[in-house]
Amino acid sequence: MSSFLALENLKTHFPIYKGAIFRKEIGTVRAVDGIDLRLRKGEILGLVGESGCGKSTLARTIMQLVPSTGGAVFLEGRNLSKLPREKLRAERVNFQMIFQDPYASLNPRMTVFDTLAEAIQTRRKLPRKALSGEVAALMNRVGLSANQMRRYPHEFSGGQRQRIAIARALAPEPKLIVADEPVSALDVSIQSQILNLIAKLCREMELTMIFISHDISVVKYLSDRIAVMYLGRLVELGLAADVVERPLHPYAKALVSAVPVPDPIKERKRHRILLQGDPPSPMNPPAGCPFHPRCQFAIDACKQAIPALEEKEPSRFAACIRVGEI
Amino acid sequence: MALLEIEELRTYFYTRSGIVRAVNGVSFSLLHGETMGIVGESGSGKSVTCYSILGLIPRPPGKIVSGVARFGGIDLLNCSGGQLRAIRGKRISMIFQDPMTSLNPYMRISDQLVEPLVVHEKMRRSQAFKKAVESLEEVGIQDAAMRIDLYPHQFSGGMRQRVMIAMALISRPEILIADEPTTALDVTVQAQILELIKQRQKDLGTAVILVTHDLGVVASFCNYVNVMYAGSIVESAPTDELFDRPMHPYNASLQQSIPALHEKGQPLYTIPGLPPDLTLDIKGCPFAPRCSHARQICTEQTTTLKKITPNHATSCIRFQCGELVNTRLANDAAAV
Repeated sequence: MSSFLALENLKTHFPIYKGAIFRKEIGTVRAVDGIDLRLRKGEILGLVGESGCGKSTLARTIMQLVPSTGGAVFLEGRNLSKLPREKLRAERVNFQMIFQDPYASLNPRMTVFDTLAEAIQTRRKLPRKALSGEVAALMNRVGLSANQMRRYPHEFSGGQRQRIAIARALAPEPKLIVADEPVSALDVSIQSQILNLIAKLCREMELTMIFISHDISVVKYLSDRIAVMYLGRLVELGLAADVVERPLHPYAKALVSAVPVPDPIKERKRHRILLQGDPPSPMNPPAGCPFHPRCQFAIDACKQAIPALEEKEPSRFAACIRVGEI
Repeated sequence: MALLEIEELRTYFYTRSGIVRAVNGVSFSLLHGETMGIVGESGSGKSVTCYSILGLIPRPPGKIVSGVARFGGIDLLNCSGGQLRAIRGKRISMIFQDPMTSLNPYMRISDQLVEPLVVHEKMRRSQAFKKAVESLEEVGIQDAAMRIDLYPHQFSGGMRQRVMIAMALISRPEILIADEPTTALDVTVQAQILELIKQRQKDLGTAVILVTHDLGVVASFCNYVNVMYAGSIVESAPTDELFDRPMHPYNASLQQSIPALHEKGQPLYTIPGLPPDLTLDIKGCPFAPRCSHARQICTEQTTTLKKITPNHATSCIRFQCGELVNTRLANDAAAV
């Protein structure tokens, strides 16, 4: 197998219990429900979807922070879900995560130096003297000044904190980064700083990345390919420009058309597809295609079976039985 | 004549770490049936402006230091509590960002919807209840008669925001203030909610003030926009002009720093640095330290919003005196 990261029929289900004394399993949330995906080295994959579609659970499952229910995650051919605890711990230096909220993801009682030094030492033990040089280099790399290394997270602004979180993720010199909504908590003017930083770092360090966001324009800016997720499944996968310019799946079409464009003239000309209703609950997904209750193109056959993600055009995948007709 | 006129509004917060000048001299006027946007980043004073108009500023620590808000012959900032209560929720109503925290979790939707009618219109409960069901149907909630007796937690985020809209519009207000009404919602739901507000606005002829940080939402929704930065309006213009010919460097660079959906991936422009600390007395233009067009004069002279054309105003000193014509950044200005 040549792919750098491969997900094979990955599933993460959460049981729901009821009752305090006699706990009974009353159902399952199928947060991630059968995802197949391959990334080559150095690729940036953007993952979009609305809240509750399972994109964060997918991130956590890849990171082995949540045990998978079925399927496998292969990183450079090694099956992460099968590794024993100690081996997995050693392997973790190769895959790191950037979280959404830089206020919650940094330890408020550790200085920047402590946070970064600890992360660096997961890969190699260094004497304390050498460490401060390493930390300084890392801070410069993410655009922070090294004389701030003795400060605590609360002394930094949101954008700077996200830079620290990025530095922390890079410290063990990982090969794979999963970034879960890294710019969603930031202001517009700060967002572009962080996006540029991530783009630069990926280029320089040849990182492979899964970049998760609910904002397709942010994802489009960074990614080589885009995957669209709906209710635990991928519904579309293709080159970023293709997915944005000419989405195949009706949900992807609606998602792209719903994004407001900061240009009043284009805005007036655009045709907006308004979906009916809210995304259904992943606890009780509709039978057949999970999107059919909101889909304007749904026919009877859509209610029968869950459509598979198939190659509809060269290197373009969609999970819809009516792609050719609509 | 303008429906609402704000002049020189200043709202300060007296905190332990100093005086925060959250709104520092804001003036604008809203016309009948108009949709006006207020855009800015967090901390720019856009929400505080709206809260001040409706007397919702917690005092202390907040205080409206100066200003006038003329609405139908009354100054909202200096009128009695009774006068304000008669207006708030009836002639001017508000939708908040987070529909979960702005609905009372202990009250049924029906009780919350009926309240404004009973208070303001002195309707009987049975009559008000009927109207409440109608108003829920108008915002696209199916089985309204049955669902009206549910509690807020039994609704999804988008549904709750629909309930908020129904509640805000039930007494047919002249002005609707929407403070980030879609920020907490998904994009497909955001599109539904914005379309709904537009539709209801058309039906009722309400003027809308939309507060948002999203220039995309502004472009698709507003016909006039005020851009706020560090407590003051730095540019105000009709939407088309604001995007077509930005007259303030902040507005221009903000537009250039958003990843555009349909354009090819060049590095994004970035605005260096951070918004200023509002506890400090800012001398000169508050944007000057981050502005690539700034000169010495910008840090010395106090800025005021001045009209360049009859309906396009900017607070940029260099633009006002004709030194600066194109506020957009050059191609090589991108930095990390």
